[in-house]
Amino acid sequence: MSDARTRMVARAAREIAPGMVVNLGIGLPSRVVDHLPPRFPVCLHTENGLSGVGPTLPPDSADRNLIDAGGAYVSTVPGSAFFDSAVSFALVRSGRLDLTMLGAFEVSQAGDLANWIIPGRFSPGAGGGIELAQKARRVAVLTMHTDRDGTPKLVADCSMPLTARGCVSRVFTDLAVIDVTPAGFALREVAQGVTPEQVIAATAAPLAVPDGDIVVF
Amino acid sequence: MRLPDKTTAIEEAIARIPDGATVMLGGFGVPGTPFTLIRELVRQGQKNLTVIKNDANEKGMGVDHLLASGQVARLVTTHIGLNPRAVALKNAGSLDVEFCAQGILAERVRAGGAGLKAVVADIGLDTDLARGKPRIELGGAVGVVETALRADAALLHAGRADTFGNLRYAATARNFNPLMAMAGDLVIAEAEIVLPPGGLAPEDIHTPGPFVDHVVRLAHLSEEYGVVRR
Repeated sequence: MSDARTRMVARAAREIAPGMVVNLGIGLPSRVVDHLPPRFPVCLHTENGLSGVGPTLPPDSADRNLIDAGGAYVSTVPGSAFFDSAVSFALVRSGRLDLTMLGAFEVSQAGDLANWIIPGRFSPGAGGGIELAQKARRVAVLTMHTDRDGTPKLVADCSMPLTARGCVSRVFTDLAVIDVTPAGFALREVAQGVTPEQVIAATAAPLAVPDGDIVVF
Repeated sequence: MRLPDKTTAIEEAIARIPDGATVMLGGFGVPGTPFTLIRELVRQGQKNLTVIKNDANEKGMGVDHLLASGQVARLVTTHIGLNPRAVALKNAGSLDVEFCAQGILAERVRAGGAGLKAVVADIGLDTDLARGKPRIELGGAVGVVETALRADAALLHAGRADTFGNLRYAATARNFNPLMAMAGDLVIAEAEIVLPPGGLAPEDIHTPGPFVDHVVRLAHLSEEYGVVRR
């Protein structure tokens, strides 16, 4: 992983407060766990039916029956629990999930999230992503600031089909930490070596920049 | 008094599934997928099936065999991204795919299993998933009516069973299995270990035996059950 990605993931890990129940989405968000301090008090949930997700395991030491929702072989920790898919999503929909971190194709300034369909190219189904986006108490997005072609992912309005409307509170990117506020995107922090002007240029929606010094991560 | 013995030869159990049947398959990825029962369904060749499963497995595994043999007309699922054949068949229009949000699929199956007609949810209101479904107003909010799902047959995988059909699932192999166990008119469970009655302590049972019609003892586990090395 590039330094910028590692820094982004490490910064996102600091979003997790002690005592939380957290679901980390497939891809970059799943790497957040690598940046939690040892013995940090948190309960990770995976929607295929496990609370208390432990570290991932290499194939040679894996249990064939123990995966996370992304298909990675994981382990348990003292106090883990297994349950069926209905119980797993009862936990999500009833508000027991304090935080989820998800990937994104687009996030709008109103906090709309598009992360499951690219029209004409990609529509594999949402799995549990819609319920996570709609029902977690807090939804943070973890994504590169632009796609491979340099197209901004933070936009005024999503052009792709929505996963859920108005669900995103905060976005962590390789360039910045940005909050979704009632007034739109607000810059909170910038990555080392990145200026607010660069973040503005890479964002396809108005971005409020605070007066004075800005925190660097 | 003793509890009936439901152990059955795999050929005999799967032969009860007719052409055109709706078949639920347990499993989320590899864990909990009844690979051996699926192989027998492929061997017997029942046609025009509607399959209900969380995902379409991966290339060369489980549901993929049913797709390759052209036995599946319709798939109700949550995610098929790991199966290129399923994606290609869907895009070509030769496989009818209905996507559900994962927890809603679970609830629809559970509702079917519980003898209910539907559940009312508010998931996917901003998406195509809710399109065309009846909406009702409840307590000032919009709800989507999600119809219950039942199946002609539910095929399950359990780590342990007893001969009466009490089941216990291993780790994350539980997933949809206990829900589908309630929602099939015919329920066939394959099990890695089949114990005599009493072999599972009553408080350790995940699916009670009355839901299960046939128990198939797995003589060995094919490589499909193993750790996937990506």
